[in-house]
Amino acid sequence: MTLAVDNLRVYYRTLKGDVKALDGVTFTVDDGEIMGLAGESGCGKTTLGKSLIRLDGRMFVQEGTVHLDGVELPLSDDKGMNAFRYREVSIVPQYAMSAMNPIRKIGRMISELLDSRGVSYDETLPELSRRLGLVGLDDSVLDRYPIELSGGMKQRTVMVLSTLLNPSLLIADELTSALDVSTQKAVAEMLVEFRDRKFVKSTIVITHDLSILYQIADTILIMYAGKLVEKGTATQITEDPKHPYTQLLLGSLPEVGLRFEDQRLTGIPGRPPSLLNPPTGCRFRARCPLAHDKCVEEPPFVEIEPGRFAACWKVTA
Amino acid sequence: MVTPALAETGEGAGQKEPEQRGKRFEALHFAFHNTKLVIGLTIVLLLLAVAIIGPYFTSSDPFAFGYPTGQPPSSHYWFGTTAPGQDVFCQFVYGLRSSFIVGALAALVAGLIGMAIGFIGGYRGGIVDDILSMLTNVVLVIPTLAVLIIVAAYLSVGSLTSEAILIGLTSWPWAARAIRAQTFSLAARDFVNLARLSGRGTTRVVVNEIAPNMSSYLFLVFILLFGGSVLTAATLDFLGLGPSQVMSLGLMMNQAVSNAALQLGYWWWFIPPGIAITALVGGLYVMNVGLDEVFNPRLRST
Amino acid sequence: MLELKGVTKVFKTGMFGKEETVAVSNVSFAVEPGEVVSLIGESGSGKTTVGRMILRLAEPTTGAISFDGTDLATLSRRQLRRYYGHVQGVFQDPFSSYNPVYKVDRVLGMVRSSYLPGLSTSEWKAKLSDSLEAVSLEPRDVLGKYPHQLSGGQLQRLMIARALLLDIKFLVADEIISMLDASTRIDVLNLLGDLKARGVGILFITHDLSLGNYISDKTLILRRGRIAEYGPTPKVFGNPSHAYTQALLASVPQLHRKWTTTADPNAAPVTSAPVGAVVGEDGLFEVDKGHFVAVDEGELA
Repeated sequence: MTLAVDNLRVYYRTLKGDVKALDGVTFTVDDGEIMGLAGESGCGKTTLGKSLIRLDGRMFVQEGTVHLDGVELPLSDDKGMNAFRYREVSIVPQYAMSAMNPIRKIGRMISELLDSRGVSYDETLPELSRRLGLVGLDDSVLDRYPIELSGGMKQRTVMVLSTLLNPSLLIADELTSALDVSTQKAVAEMLVEFRDRKFVKSTIVITHDLSILYQIADTILIMYAGKLVEKGTATQITEDPKHPYTQLLLGSLPEVGLRFEDQRLTGIPGRPPSLLNPPTGCRFRARCPLAHDKCVEEPPFVEIEPGRFAACWKVTA
Repeated sequence: MVTPALAETGEGAGQKEPEQRGKRFEALHFAFHNTKLVIGLTIVLLLLAVAIIGPYFTSSDPFAFGYPTGQPPSSHYWFGTTAPGQDVFCQFVYGLRSSFIVGALAALVAGLIGMAIGFIGGYRGGIVDDILSMLTNVVLVIPTLAVLIIVAAYLSVGSLTSEAILIGLTSWPWAARAIRAQTFSLAARDFVNLARLSGRGTTRVVVNEIAPNMSSYLFLVFILLFGGSVLTAATLDFLGLGPSQVMSLGLMMNQAVSNAALQLGYWWWFIPPGIAITALVGGLYVMNVGLDEVFNPRLRST
Repeated sequence: MLELKGVTKVFKTGMFGKEETVAVSNVSFAVEPGEVVSLIGESGSGKTTVGRMILRLAEPTTGAISFDGTDLATLSRRQLRRYYGHVQGVFQDPFSSYNPVYKVDRVLGMVRSSYLPGLSTSEWKAKLSDSLEAVSLEPRDVLGKYPHQLSGGQLQRLMIARALLLDIKFLVADEIISMLDASTRIDVLNLLGDLKARGVGILFITHDLSLGNYISDKTLILRRGRIAEYGPTPKVFGNPSHAYTQALLASVPQLHRKWTTTADPNAAPVTSAPVGAVVGEDGLFEVDKGHFVAVDEGELA
């Protein structure tokens, strides 16, 4: 069991009070598993990703623990997390392509990064070259400035860099959102390849795009307003969604081949609730067509079949 | 079936109304808690108070003679007297007043020119921008002080206004460049395009769409221009090139030096004006840094 | 109604314009009333530039864009204002489309002062109410609010309401839903369908093929400023004839269908005209009735 998250609550402190961005999530990710974390804006998926590596100083862990390979991650301790960052837990952030210092040659940037982690650049160079070769780049990349590379090349470089020390957990935060279809595919397939070659043990892919997750993820976890809503294999979630939110979400995605005149799709009316003062009970009930009396009580995230979870009274009651 | 009204507002969305009040409150809250802003503002306001109220406590003519010569500060003469027998405190408050006037006026002149050139160049782009940029760069590169010295030496600067205009005419380039850069990035925003699609012309777009989004930036620019102008004016006055019939802090120091105040040990003659200029300009700059933090949440350390 | 003929846009960069970038090259197509045309392309394809030229926010270097027979380049300032009474745009980022220092009502007010000055207050309120209702917005939910108080979906719908106030004939929709959440996207997209039913012509600019397929009658595939393929949507999607289109379609991630190909659209092989095909002056040859495919010149390979 690589990653075990237990009742994690991560809040943001603001002048108006605490924003409960992540309000009690529990799940596990196994070795070799690619788990997709899907949801719309404000659901807490980015907060979850960032909190696992402690990248944002404004958030604090209210409660909960995270264990990686049996060791507890010191999520509230900046210095403590330093030992884990990049070596055990690594992140490929959104817009990774623009994250490179424009006035540094790539090789120099990598060596500075490795130095800061106490790793020798020279010793790592052979492996670095090998991996660059695997994604279709050669050593000359190291001698160039970021501006000399195309978007796709930069993306591949960043991905090789993020996984260089074979982290146990790789977090890919909205990796494909800003990309063209062709680059999206290349990047998504690279994630799978890294897992297959055992460069990373487990991967969490954070995105709102369920169709990408269908292509590469083993399991999908759906989030809404800071809570977990459904979990299952990629096939189960896309072909047999149990939670009303998942069903509605899938129902609003047009696929190639579907035309407006043939079948008009509908979205979900309304907006997610404010996380400053979240409503009691099921957070989706204001927009849920199946809402009933029991929904004022918060449904627990339970296992309905092996590996299949949902938080909905209609499903579990 | 959930009604759309309920769905749109949702629970907890009642937060939306106070949010606008909350934004201003938040800005003020950060403003009052920002040490640099508070300190800078206090210094500047204190000096301003002295400049405004001070003259009521002294005689109306800072050039008047007849006082005992070379007296150190006492209860009669708070800042002592000069070598020829003038009241230093009287000179000080009138001089401070001059600094504020010249500073504000010059900043206004420079600011207006800078805004005009910066906005037009930044918004229009193309050949217009190329020409205006060249103009800006040329004036920027001219050694301002040298030019001012030469001009002031030939045209006798008779009043604070003419001194202010002269300074304003030479200190606008950096403001023009800064405003141009900001305008560039704002002009690319879609709401500017939308204004054009609503049939609005250039002037209206710049004044109504772009400038309001830069209001805090323009304020900062003005404060920096103010500080810079005070300093330049003090330099000119110290060199004897400012208006000789109007008391200024620089003039005080000029007269102190030519009357060998340093050798005579009349520290009360040149130290107060020196400190005042340093405090005023320094206070303005510190205030500026603090304001920048208030306006740009990303710079805040919390 | 709207026609582009041989439109090319070359950008001059560098000091005093020494270097050149070709953003759009020899693009020709037409949009009829009530027709939705998708302009599909990846980044750098020039699709946004085409939209901007139609909105006269930029001008073509060569070629002509005409609306109801009038060449846009000949419009005086006053005529341009009238043009905007018929043609409007909605852009990608809802939060960038509204000036953050003003309330959202202002975008509607600007339309009123420029185009509907003669209306009395009650007439204006009625018109406003109709437009908001057409986009499923409650006046009290959106009027009097600042942009940051509303959601992306509401803001985009308000933009469309603004266009409706003008009773436009043509709308340029540039990636209008790509920044919205999945659950609100489809509602805004359906609004375009409503507009279409009213007889409004729409240019739907997007990089998302499935959206293009959902909503449009004709599809244009743009690649590096040139048209790669063009024709009725069912034909382009059902029988993609240019190698680029084929590779692009194969790379779209879809639910219920895994990727099977390793084809990279950026390295698509060159498409050449079959023997005997007539290649028009825009570099396209007809594969099927109304369905055109480009012939790649050497340097595109």
